[in-house]
Amino acid sequence: MKYEIIDHTADLGIHVFGADAKGLFANAAFALFDLITDIDALKGLNELEVHITGDDWPDTMVNWLRELLYLWTCKEMLVKTTDIFYLTEHELTAKVKFDSYDPDRHEIKNEIKAVTYHQIQVEKGPPGWESKIIFDV
Amino acid sequence: MTIKLKNIDEYRWELPKTGAMRVPGIIYSNASMLKDIKQEEALKQVANVATLPGILKASLAMPDMHWGYGFPIGGVAAFDWENGIISPGGVGYDINCGVRLSASSLVEKEVRPRLEDLINALYQNIPSGVGSTGFVKLSVAEEKKVLKEGSRWAVRHGFGEDSDIEHTEDKGCMQNADPETVSQRALERGRKQLGTLGSGNHFLEIGVVDKIFDKVVAQAFGLFEGQVTLLLHSGSRGFGYQVCDDFLAFMTKHVKKLGFDLPDRQLACAMIQSEEGLRYYNAMACAANYAWANRQIMLHRSREVFSRVFGMGPTALSMNLVYDVCHNIAKKEYHIVDGKKRAVCVHRKGATRSFPAGHEGLCEKYRKTGQPILIPGDMGTASYVLVGTQKAMEETFGSTCHGAGRVLSRRAAKRAGKGRAINRELEDKGILVRWTGRSTLAEEMPEAYKDISQVIDVVHGAGISKKVAKLRPMAVLKG
Repeated sequence: MKYEIIDHTADLGIHVFGADAKGLFANAAFALFDLITDIDALKGLNELEVHITGDDWPDTMVNWLRELLYLWTCKEMLVKTTDIFYLTEHELTAKVKFDSYDPDRHEIKNEIKAVTYHQIQVEKGPPGWESKIIFDV
Repeated sequence: MTIKLKNIDEYRWELPKTGAMRVPGIIYSNASMLKDIKQEEALKQVANVATLPGILKASLAMPDMHWGYGFPIGGVAAFDWENGIISPGGVGYDINCGVRLSASSLVEKEVRPRLEDLINALYQNIPSGVGSTGFVKLSVAEEKKVLKEGSRWAVRHGFGEDSDIEHTEDKGCMQNADPETVSQRALERGRKQLGTLGSGNHFLEIGVVDKIFDKVVAQAFGLFEGQVTLLLHSGSRGFGYQVCDDFLAFMTKHVKKLGFDLPDRQLACAMIQSEEGLRYYNAMACAANYAWANRQIMLHRSREVFSRVFGMGPTALSMNLVYDVCHNIAKKEYHIVDGKKRAVCVHRKGATRSFPAGHEGLCEKYRKTGQPILIPGDMGTASYVLVGTQKAMEETFGSTCHGAGRVLSRRAAKRAGKGRAINRELEDKGILVRWTGRSTLAEEMPEAYKDISQVIDVVHGAGISKKVAKLRPMAVLKG
């Protein structure tokens, strides 16, 4: 399982899992776009590189998802996959495959306004890595 | 952690000052709603807010309170203007999310036969739903003018009348707005969304004045029983979310430099009297102005739709703006604290201003009565018009509730709505619904919200605002 939804009165949270840090961050990206759209309908035709930094693991996680959300909310890019090829507690670089939004082809399921710091958690296993992130919807 | 509350009277509970709290918490509620609150972390959030530097009197919570980020929704907190903090989390993502009410000259029986045409035409003319883009195309230079001028920009471009500005909180413009304080991302996100409703709990509702509680004040507000109204709930769209997001990220780092030990990252803040604090205050004002222009444009579009559907001119149709209130905002105001008049920064996060008769901040028309307060309920029940009171000035920094407040999570609501046609259930009650998002309707079903009448009874009973009129929905357009 890549992630599950956390129930919150006013908002939407995700509990994400990964075998390692890279897997966790990739699955968090998947969860975000799985909430926004039908990922299966995406082809991932275009590619760009994303680079972000953070103060610690939670901050890096929030900044990663904020950056991806920015690609959607400002650039109308829907992300299919992410290939994280460099990741430390303070830095992340990834190749992101995306489609440009086409209202005729892509369904938008949820409006995610923002990635919050509220009760943010990133934890190393064993057995694996996991993280809890809450979105403002 | 268990929080023990001390009952003060029928409508108020004290959360005693413990640990790092600088002031106590005061919760406006009733015994039955309080049981729901206790299941959440909202009370802990009231206590957390009480630890922030410069907080005055108490960390307050309105009866529609529920769990938010950092600050609870329904929270009110005032900080000393000279020695206090300002926090983006105390305002919320949807800066100047608010409500406006317009009153027509039409009565229910004139509108009922054309109701379907009317709601369909509104649906076609008011862009709504996730990521909807508007018909107002802005260059960046023009967008900055919107941020600076608010409602005035909209009226200057033909979307409304001067009297609309007069009947908007702060005349639809926070003067301190400085477009140079907002990010490129915020500008980018806001450029195409002016004049759009948005999604989630935002809506446009055609209603009817169902009951008048205070004849004199209702008359002063231009309301009469049987009258058809238009209620609009929306905010600053992606622009405001981005401003909040940018400053939260920035202030999370900034507070570390200040050496504050915050119980929650979302309480990130800056001293108001610092470059960082003022920068947020001026950027937040841009978002507030964006929201006012947004609601002004949608009101104008709605008036045009009414005009077409009923074949009536603007004068005959009336559709005067009764008032426009914001319920996610931080503002410099003057309040009496310990017997002295002081400048404070009032954070209202899911709370509405409740200024009384005689307040200098009100337009002439409402200086005799106190300001109109607009409280939207869920789409199947009712909305209320209240009036501001002196008691609110004394107890809550001139604030009251803002809505019903959720009780079910979106997911729980969807589960509860499974196999049901919410639109049909509403139609059976005489309420037509149009919506955009696939899951919006189930998520926003009436059971997902607290009983609005209980929330209203608390603020009325406690005296922090008084009932004027009740509106019953006839048709609702959801994002």
